Amino acid sequence: MNIDSIQNGIVIDHIQAGNSMSIYQLLHLDRLACSVAIIKNCKSAKMGRKDIIKIDEDFDVNLDALGFVDPNVTVSVIRDGQTVEKRKISPPERIVNVIRCNNPRCITTTEPGLDHIFHLADAARGLYRCVYCDAAKQ
Amino acid sequence: MIKHLNDIQDLSSDQIEQLIALAEDMLADRAKYQSALAHRTLATLFFEPSTRTRLSFEAAMLELGGDVIGFADPNSSSATKGESVADTIRTVACYSDIIVMRHPKEGAPIAASLRSPVPIINAGDGGHHHPTQTLADLFTIRREKGRFEGLTIGLCGDLKFGRTVHSLIHAMARYEGVRFALISPQELRAPDYILEGLRTRSNVSYEETDSLESVVPRLDILYMTRVQRERFFNEADYVRLKDSYILTLKTLADAKDSLTILHPLPRVNEIAVEVDDDPRARYFKQMYYGKIIRKALLAAMLGVAP
Repeated sequence: MNIDSIQNGIVIDHIQAGNSMSIYQLLHLDRLACSVAIIKNCKSAKMGRKDIIKIDEDFDVNLDALGFVDPNVTVSVIRDGQTVEKRKISPPERIVNVIRCNNPRCITTTEPGLDHIFHLADAARGLYRCVYCDAAKQ
Repeated sequence: MIKHLNDIQDLSSDQIEQLIALAEDMLADRAKYQSALAHRTLATLFFEPSTRTRLSFEAAMLELGGDVIGFADPNSSSATKGESVADTIRTVACYSDIIVMRHPKEGAPIAASLRSPVPIINAGDGGHHHPTQTLADLFTIRREKGRFEGLTIGLCGDLKFGRTVHSLIHAMARYEGVRFALISPQELRAPDYILEGLRTRSNVSYEETDSLESVVPRLDILYMTRVQRERFFNEADYVRLKDSYILTLKTLADAKDSLTILHPLPRVNEIAVEVDDDPRARYFKQMYYGKIIRKALLAAMLGVAP
């Protein structure tokens, strides 16, 4: 299977197999007018299987959102067909308006205009907690 | 001193010691502080019912020479018209120097503090935190035991929704050699985030049990709590669990003579009335100390404490 290489844009690589659609939705890639390729379950020497997303446009990737969903991904910036930058992702200490708190007792369920903020409570487990009510998200 | 008090963890151990020292001085010489907060106004915003917390804050402010405004029933405020917490706070901050707030939603005081130019004190946010009750608990423990370190504390009842329990565990977990006995039915065990905090600390230990009788002989402090009817979505669950523990003189037969029995109050029936006259019962003294430590907190947060 061949996917054209991109000239200017972003490649999100080393996505855990099966996670690409979550990332697609989280980064709102459906709103882009450019070509976006989702490559699922391709072979990887390091991971066995992985997903890749190629975005044919320079795009400001929300690294915090990526770090929350899959901190092992790599993000490459492509200019004139060459990789000019590789960004390693790590779990962010804080994520703002990436996910919503599901606790019905949390103030975020009723208060308008309040940012949904989570902090990294346990890096080893990838556990985040709502800063308002401490409800967990993993 | 801190700008806002949402969680007992907002206060360092040194700041807690400063508040206790100030409260001791206020106990010793009430007249010395009778005008400390003159021309200052406290707003008490209680979106949920309260007797002790609201009245003790109001009494504290009055004893310091200050004034009090506020509401004790959200039905008498614009909250019933759908006004947000942020807008309520913006409004009340125009009329007051410090705000004490109780709200049924967890994290509401944080939302308030984001929009408030004046200090916000959390007087209970749902089943989450109740830091000023914890200050009352700590002041009582210090007066009764003379120390925090090395105590064995039994927390009994509704550990899931009991916000005073969560705040007290956070506070006591700082001290060396504290042992927690967490006594509750399976359904009302302490939340994961509380237990996680204990597991990461090497200075304290804890056990979970559903048997009050089995741990009573080892306890230095027994902290009883009410099953929080207002936090249940299902009344049948409340009815099934509400009588899980009833402390009687018989339960206390094997307890230490030096045991201190505390309760944040109100109680329903988890402490039999016969226990009230036992010298180990200190929960009525505890609520008196609550007023004193709240005086110290108001003075410190308004920056007028000597």
